[in-house]
Amino acid sequence: MIFSGMLIYWAYDPYRIGVGSVTLFHFFPPKFYDWVNKAADATGMPEMAQNLALGMALHFAFAWLFAINGIAYVLYTLISGEWRELWPERKSFREAIQVAKNEAGFKVPLPPHGRYNAAQRIVYSAIILMGGLSLLTGLAIYKPAQVHWLAAMLGGYEWARWEHFWLTMGYVGFFLIHVAQVVRAGWPNFRAMVCGYDLVETAQNAKVTHGD
Amino acid sequence: MATDPKKRTPEEELARKARRSFLGLGIGAAAAVGGWYWLNAQPLDQEIPWPLRRVLGFNGNLVHNALYSGNHLAKEYPASAVRPIKVNGDIGMEKPIDLSAWQLTLKPQAGPERQLTLADIQALPRVEEIIDFKCVEGWSTVTQFAGARLSDFTAKFAPGSQRAAYIGMNTPSGDYYVGVDMASALHPQSLLAYEMNGKPLEDKHGAPLRLVMPVKYGIKNIKRIARIEYTDERPKDYWAEQGYDYYSGL
Repeated sequence: MIFSGMLIYWAYDPYRIGVGSVTLFHFFPPKFYDWVNKAADATGMPEMAQNLALGMALHFAFAWLFAINGIAYVLYTLISGEWRELWPERKSFREAIQVAKNEAGFKVPLPPHGRYNAAQRIVYSAIILMGGLSLLTGLAIYKPAQVHWLAAMLGGYEWARWEHFWLTMGYVGFFLIHVAQVVRAGWPNFRAMVCGYDLVETAQNAKVTHGD
Repeated sequence: MATDPKKRTPEEELARKARRSFLGLGIGAAAAVGGWYWLNAQPLDQEIPWPLRRVLGFNGNLVHNALYSGNHLAKEYPASAVRPIKVNGDIGMEKPIDLSAWQLTLKPQAGPERQLTLADIQALPRVEEIIDFKCVEGWSTVTQFAGARLSDFTAKFAPGSQRAAYIGMNTPSGDYYVGVDMASALHPQSLLAYEMNGKPLEDKHGAPLRLVMPVKYGIKNIKRIARIEYTDERPKDYWAEQGYDYYSGL
């Protein structure tokens, strides 16, 4: 979705970070586009380079997978009751600050937590909400005349495109930080992420428990 | 591997679970990569892999049947919102034409062709709209257009042709051509425009007559129309042949 979205954005790429006429960063720099073109060639798919038509076709096909997968996940989480382990609690917002301090290297004790710690609860829940917003902003850009009420709610067609873009930047930022943290947390944590179990010390002996 | 689960140590049990999970992860990842290469190796249907073309068709039908309504109007703007619009395409208009000699060829669903003049079209009720003209590239510009509703045009000059499935149009040279589903063509905001931003349509914007449909991307809004045909057979479409969605509705 992100790649095909970039193919679409490429055809009209006005977004930047800057103040007034001063641009700090333009999405995307020519070097980045060059790199994508080279990667397309290197993987034997030169048609992937700056191809709006293909980008749109891919986007509107894989959007179905994105939507169905997201809706299935949310339904499963709600029906199984596992949302209780994910959705932030009242205390999560206070505890998340401690988690962040601890992550940053300060000697702050981590509050006890279940499957997800307070920061994880907040960030993972936010990502799910962002996924829903991506669907809505996407629909508003896709059919602005048919769902004119939705486009209007989001601030209009051009704002909806801007929001859709920055939501995606949010995922990219989340992904990079998340991967860095997983690497930092080490192998047992990654193993637990993938298989759902970890070893913990108990009073008598080591046991396999359902971890995060 | 231990056969009796009770005899496994916790370490063995974990290693067993992890092995299975990573195997699943690996198979999933390989399937995703394989699927991606498979998709991109499929024969092309009008410049994109055929499965993608199918999905575009499916999406178009779904939107057409479930979302589209002639009552859903594109937003209209005050005159103060109008901005100069960029000229983005001259395919089919490379050579100048003699505007005074221009005539429109009309082919109703049934019956013979006929010729119309600009005066014939200007005799229809003049409709003005200020809409956000949207390019498939992603930019849009608020623009004012005036002209005749395609629905009024059809009722007057090709009565009964509303039952056709499509309208096809092309430029004098035949180098640019579009096909539009009838529902979108008969949308109340779909115009045969002869004025833009308060002036007669300029050459570069498609003089003397162009299509303006706020429910379609600009690629469907053909300039310098020479021929209009009502047909049940899907007309060829310039940008659909280049890999874009045939429906391209908004």
